[in-house]
Amino acid sequence: MFLIECPWCGPRSQTEFHCHGEAHIARPKYPDAVSDAEWADYVFNRSNTKGVIYERWVHNHGCRRWFNVARDTVSDRILAVYRVGGKRPEVTP
Amino acid sequence: MSQKFRLAEGGRIDRTRPVAFRFDGATLYGYAGDTLASALLANGVHLVGRSFKYHRPRGILSAGAEEPNALVQLREGARTEPNMRAPQVELFNGLVAESQNRWPSLRFDVWAVNGLFSRFLPAGFYYKTFMWPASRWMTYEKVIRNAAGLGKGPAEPDPDRYEHRNVWCDVLVAGGGPAGLMAALAAARSGARVIVADEQAEMGGSLLSDTTEIGGSPAADWVAAVFDELHATADVTVLPRTTVAGYYDHNYLTLLERVTDHLGAEPDGKTPRQRFWKVRAKQVVLATGAIERPLCFRDNDRPGVMLAGAVRNYVNRYAVLPGRRAVVFTNNDSAYGAAIDLARAGAAVKVVDLRREPAGDLIDAAESAGIEIMDGCAVTGVKGGKQVTGVTVRRLDEAGDEVAGGSRSMGCDLVAMSGGWNPTVHLFSQSRGKLRFDDGLAAFVPDRSFAAERSAGSCNGAMTLSACLKQGAEAGRSAASDAGFKAKAGSAAPKVDEPETGATRSVWVVPSGKPLGRGGKHFIDFQNDVTAADVHLAHREGYVSIEHLKRYTTTGMGTDQGKTSNVNALAIMAQLQGASVPEVGTTTFRPPYTPVGFGAIAGRNTAEFMDPARVTAMHDWHVEHGAVLEDVGQWKRPWYYPRDGELMRDAVNREVLAARNSVGVLDASTLGKIDIQGPDAARFLNMIYTNAWLKLPVGSCRYGLMLHEDGMVFDDGVTTRLGKNRFLMTTTTGGAANVLTWLEEWLQTEWPKMKVFCTSVTEQWATVAVCGPYARHVVGSLTEYDKLGPRDFEFMTMREMDVAGIPARVFRISFTGELAFEINVPRRYGAALWEAVWEAGQKYGITPYGTEAMHVLRAEKGFIIVGQDTDGTVTPMDLGMDWMVAKTKGDFIGRRSFAREDTARDDRKQLVGLFTEDPHQVLVEGAQLVEAVKPAPPMRMVGHVTSSYYSPNVGRSIALAMLIRGRARMGQTLFAPRLDGGAPLEVTVTDPMFYDRGGVRARG
Amino acid sequence: MPGYSAFTLVRNALSYHENWQRAWRSPEPRPEYDILVIGGGGHGLATAYYLAREHGINNVAVLEKGWIGGGNTGRNTTIVRSNYLWDESAAIYEHSLKLWEGLSQELNFNVMFSQRGVMNLAHNLHDWRELNRRVHAIRLNGIDSEILNARQVKEEAPILNVSRDSRYPIIGASMQRRGGTARHDAVAWGYARGADARGVDIIQNCEVTGFVIDNGKVAGVETTRGRIKAGRIGVVVAGHSSVLAEMAGFRMPVESNPLQALVSDPIKPVLDCVVMSSAVHVYVSQSDRGEFVIGAGSDAHVSYSQRGSFDIIEGIMGALCELVPMVSRMKLMRQWGGIVDVTPDRSPIIGKTPVEGLFINCAWGTGGFKSTPGSGHAFAATLAAGEPNDMAGPFTLDRFRTGFLIDEAGAAAVAH
Repeated sequence: MFLIECPWCGPRSQTEFHCHGEAHIARPKYPDAVSDAEWADYVFNRSNTKGVIYERWVHNHGCRRWFNVARDTVSDRILAVYRVGGKRPEVTP
Repeated sequence: MSQKFRLAEGGRIDRTRPVAFRFDGATLYGYAGDTLASALLANGVHLVGRSFKYHRPRGILSAGAEEPNALVQLREGARTEPNMRAPQVELFNGLVAESQNRWPSLRFDVWAVNGLFSRFLPAGFYYKTFMWPASRWMTYEKVIRNAAGLGKGPAEPDPDRYEHRNVWCDVLVAGGGPAGLMAALAAARSGARVIVADEQAEMGGSLLSDTTEIGGSPAADWVAAVFDELHATADVTVLPRTTVAGYYDHNYLTLLERVTDHLGAEPDGKTPRQRFWKVRAKQVVLATGAIERPLCFRDNDRPGVMLAGAVRNYVNRYAVLPGRRAVVFTNNDSAYGAAIDLARAGAAVKVVDLRREPAGDLIDAAESAGIEIMDGCAVTGVKGGKQVTGVTVRRLDEAGDEVAGGSRSMGCDLVAMSGGWNPTVHLFSQSRGKLRFDDGLAAFVPDRSFAAERSAGSCNGAMTLSACLKQGAEAGRSAASDAGFKAKAGSAAPKVDEPETGATRSVWVVPSGKPLGRGGKHFIDFQNDVTAADVHLAHREGYVSIEHLKRYTTTGMGTDQGKTSNVNALAIMAQLQGASVPEVGTTTFRPPYTPVGFGAIAGRNTAEFMDPARVTAMHDWHVEHGAVLEDVGQWKRPWYYPRDGELMRDAVNREVLAARNSVGVLDASTLGKIDIQGPDAARFLNMIYTNAWLKLPVGSCRYGLMLHEDGMVFDDGVTTRLGKNRFLMTTTTGGAANVLTWLEEWLQTEWPKMKVFCTSVTEQWATVAVCGPYARHVVGSLTEYDKLGPRDFEFMTMREMDVAGIPARVFRISFTGELAFEINVPRRYGAALWEAVWEAGQKYGITPYGTEAMHVLRAEKGFIIVGQDTDGTVTPMDLGMDWMVAKTKGDFIGRRSFAREDTARDDRKQLVGLFTEDPHQVLVEGAQLVEAVKPAPPMRMVGHVTSSYYSPNVGRSIALAMLIRGRARMGQTLFAPRLDGGAPLEVTVTDPMFYDRGGVRARG
Repeated sequence: MPGYSAFTLVRNALSYHENWQRAWRSPEPRPEYDILVIGGGGHGLATAYYLAREHGINNVAVLEKGWIGGGNTGRNTTIVRSNYLWDESAAIYEHSLKLWEGLSQELNFNVMFSQRGVMNLAHNLHDWRELNRRVHAIRLNGIDSEILNARQVKEEAPILNVSRDSRYPIIGASMQRRGGTARHDAVAWGYARGADARGVDIIQNCEVTGFVIDNGKVAGVETTRGRIKAGRIGVVVAGHSSVLAEMAGFRMPVESNPLQALVSDPIKPVLDCVVMSSAVHVYVSQSDRGEFVIGAGSDAHVSYSQRGSFDIIEGIMGALCELVPMVSRMKLMRQWGGIVDVTPDRSPIIGKTPVEGLFINCAWGTGGFKSTPGSGHAFAATLAAGEPNDMAGPFTLDRFRTGFLIDEAGAAAVAH
């Protein structure tokens, strides 16, 4: 069970949070302009990285804020926590 | 009170407090401070159980958590517990234990016949047979299942209570032996918040049975002094009888504290039986000790063959002499301690040492105690069935592979063996630490840490007391320092004067003069009856990786999880492959260290606390008025309100008719309610819902459909504009939390610049829906009737007004297609409002109706229920709700997916209505539709029934269905095959609206 | 291949079991094969077996980075059933179940397929409706399934608590009597032995590190044991599908989540069927050894560590103690985790990839073990023909572009 540093509330147990998958997937600005394949890539495809993943968590039993986490999916170590809209931090697993 | 094998003095037992207990029906006596195992040994009982597969007689092997053999059924009735390790069961007055896995009795077990046929039952024999005829496997399996298993599960619910503690600490010390106590002391003196846990009743670990002195006094004195200091230090928690069971990610550990298990009396109802600790530790010190390895010699499983360290434990700590004539069989110095202590306690002792010419302080001491030492020799066989009666000893050749020289028989009633020591690296391994094989110890030791932990003492390969204390002190200091505390002076390890010890000689399979597998068995895993020959067989057949070996032979799969067997099995496999042990692999150690009760893990989260039910403000009224409740999500909702003796069908018909013909009242409080505010709220709803929201006037309500990006409907509800920048959204009862998360997800991650805030207000409001021709009369009598006229208060609008003197939001919306007012008041007024409506409605025959009547009413109107008529594969167009999909407003979530080729197909399932041929026949919800009935399946299905009811208003049964090309099939006849074998029901496809197609009544 | 039987067992006993042969060889990889199967789990080994057995293609190697059956094959809760809702799923899982029914004899290796019945519990009206829909569909697909009321549930599994006062009362169940459990390791070993006997090379400790791709066409793989050439390659690596896809340069709608399971200590038999409750995420059966084998839910985050969060186990324990009160004094003996590859519609992907000659079979989610024979059978046909067969056809990767999802998630919100 992870210990996650909420940017607003500080370190809390994983049970207070929920993971909502990969971060930095932008919704196409003009959905009609993209092909079915590009649309499917946005809706369904995920990088599912073995290694450093950038993902979204929500502190749903706390402040209910969403934020991003850089985590190594092999070691499960959390390498960085940053706000939505922030740049992907450079991290080393 | 004959405890024939109890020593006259010594030990940590309390001779003033005798304790009576029963084992297999016989009443025996021990003393307070005994374990079940020590008390049995004191009474000369060695035969305690039967092995898993061959049902071999088995005794007590160990004095701790590693025990594979001496497992008992403890207590009786609802408190009975199988597979309890006798060496870890503290004795209490009235304890009742039974041996397991034998029938009819421990001494005469008919299943022991398996042992006779053991030659035909090598590792994995079941993979090779029981295949013919195929149909017989279930019969074979039944026999196998009955023979397997160990103890018996309780037949009654558990009467005891379990609790959880969630705690945080700076330093958690696992293990209260010399290293652990020293570490706890050092960390505590630094000011850190410390928890030190040990599985035993007393702190001290190996010191409780050690004769070495610390700082010039008995070790026990040092333990007591440390214990006192720890107890007196603030922020230090000392937990005896507490096993650190699991080491999980991010330094999250679980501990099981046995609070009352050692007490004979039943718990007082206030104290939990066990406490499950969930600890988040900044730093961890692992001081978990070491487990002695058995030697693998012929028939090494006989009762009376014990681990040497365990023997020493029984002699010194419990003042029990496990045998009067002992043979100590060893490959290292440590067993000499047992030999010396046995001799001092009065036993006749001989030592058989695999090493040639061992030398050192302990060997000298043994010799001077008059103990005969046979060096370069091995025990090559054991005599006796239900207890050891003697051994044969032979010399070994230089390599240790073969016997060389004649055999010598000697009588004995105890064999104390030592094959060296395995550091207890379980928790270290669970924490993802990397192990390394130490050739000197011939065992795995911690190499690289992964988590914030360090190992100290014998679990770290330190096999002398002075090294344990030194490592413990250092680990405690560094753990506290890494947790942010400055080390204080004065926590150096005390001085110890102890003998020098020599090297270990590994002989992984002790030769017997006969080929392996012939005449006797060399056991590796005692509980699962895995022998050295089985490892050879696995190797021969190619099951050579450690995991294949374990799984093929079942080594390490017992309740002890291979604590005494894994390294031996691995080493034998390595030898067979001509490889080093690490080349073959390391074993994995999975949580927990020792088994943990399910009840303890569940804690209080059972029964009503498992998932606390949500109830509305009017719940008590519903219960008092006989409502039958339905679980909807976490809510308890009235399903229907039967009157005396009324069947469900009659009650529902009555409720449905009342709602259409007079007036009905529904508790609609459970619908999700989200308050949405901000300058961009309308623009936001425009993206969330399929229809247009910008121009909705303040005070008006609109129905909305919500899609996922895949274009499929996932929730719906009516949303009302409360102000220019404020909306109140309603959701389905079960979907409320998901919808709120969905809204917040978009607002916070995709459109953070939108100024919108969402707040769940589901619990803040109580909703009373009054519905039916007299709804206006009833509500009007509680407010100003004139304000409720069709033109004053239009359909699909909201007004704020006082109802029964309570400030309320009244919505003219209708899920029944009937004239309806949904009155929302703050939750605390919910019951009062309901009562007021109830009173006011009496003269109109107001009838409370439940969810079932609500379903019938909405189905009469063809209104869908998301999650019942939809299943996550349905678009608005599939529902015939094209009118809900804005064509000109631009983008919204899910729209793009409509254009995908398979979503745009014309052969998708569409919502239709169904009439059964027999108007009284009600289809089963979930029934499938076929075009033509075949004599037998398979039959091609073209749709399924999603909702189906008897409609008293329509005067017949009605159903909704999702049907392939449904709208093109109006009037078509289809069939619904039945599960009960009856003739398939004939149905006609109709429009899914059965009542008041013009929608006049709701607007009236 | 020397046969296994009671007779050979007795004969070998007479020679002290010293003459048993290896169950499968341990060959050095050859430089080139007709077909490579990457992944030595049950699915990969079954694929290789059926390639040789059904299609006569035996110049095949199975490449396994560790030891065969070491991934999800040896980490699941061994449940076998075919009671799926959609026609496409029912077809492949039922095909699989039929293969299970003769598998021990087919492989001459006892996989201990125990058709003790699989019971899916319904706790509320929503469950009940869904369960009815399933059972009707399953039956019309020609698959056995029946509905039990609470009393019948109690008869099948007397240790269950069917009290109406329970927080999650049992109102009924569906029962597939042909479903049950099997010995998971034996499935991998049995297929390995059968494939090996037909000439397939099973190469353990051989990790694929890259693909050799020529003009968009696959030509071989780089491995820790050198380059191995093949013009047709099947990837069957549950828990690592995205990693291999990335090596080959394409993306998939797959996430890898931890899924946990546990066993209790062994007791004498008290539960004769498999009990599943999706409402409380509990799946329980009693193994032949006497242990309760319990499946827990999965975590929502991606992880390749084969470890899940302990609170998932804690969460199911309350439900389990409520559902089966006697387990309160049973003990957690061992827990572990696997990695499940999951698609948005909870159905697998079988078929072509954007790289010509490279095929994939993955994302069985929690359905992997039960589908082993059917999946291997269909994937072998796909690899042999270079085109998905009827069984595999619907499970194309392309369905996420066209929208032809096979939504076994049911996505059924609890409503009204």
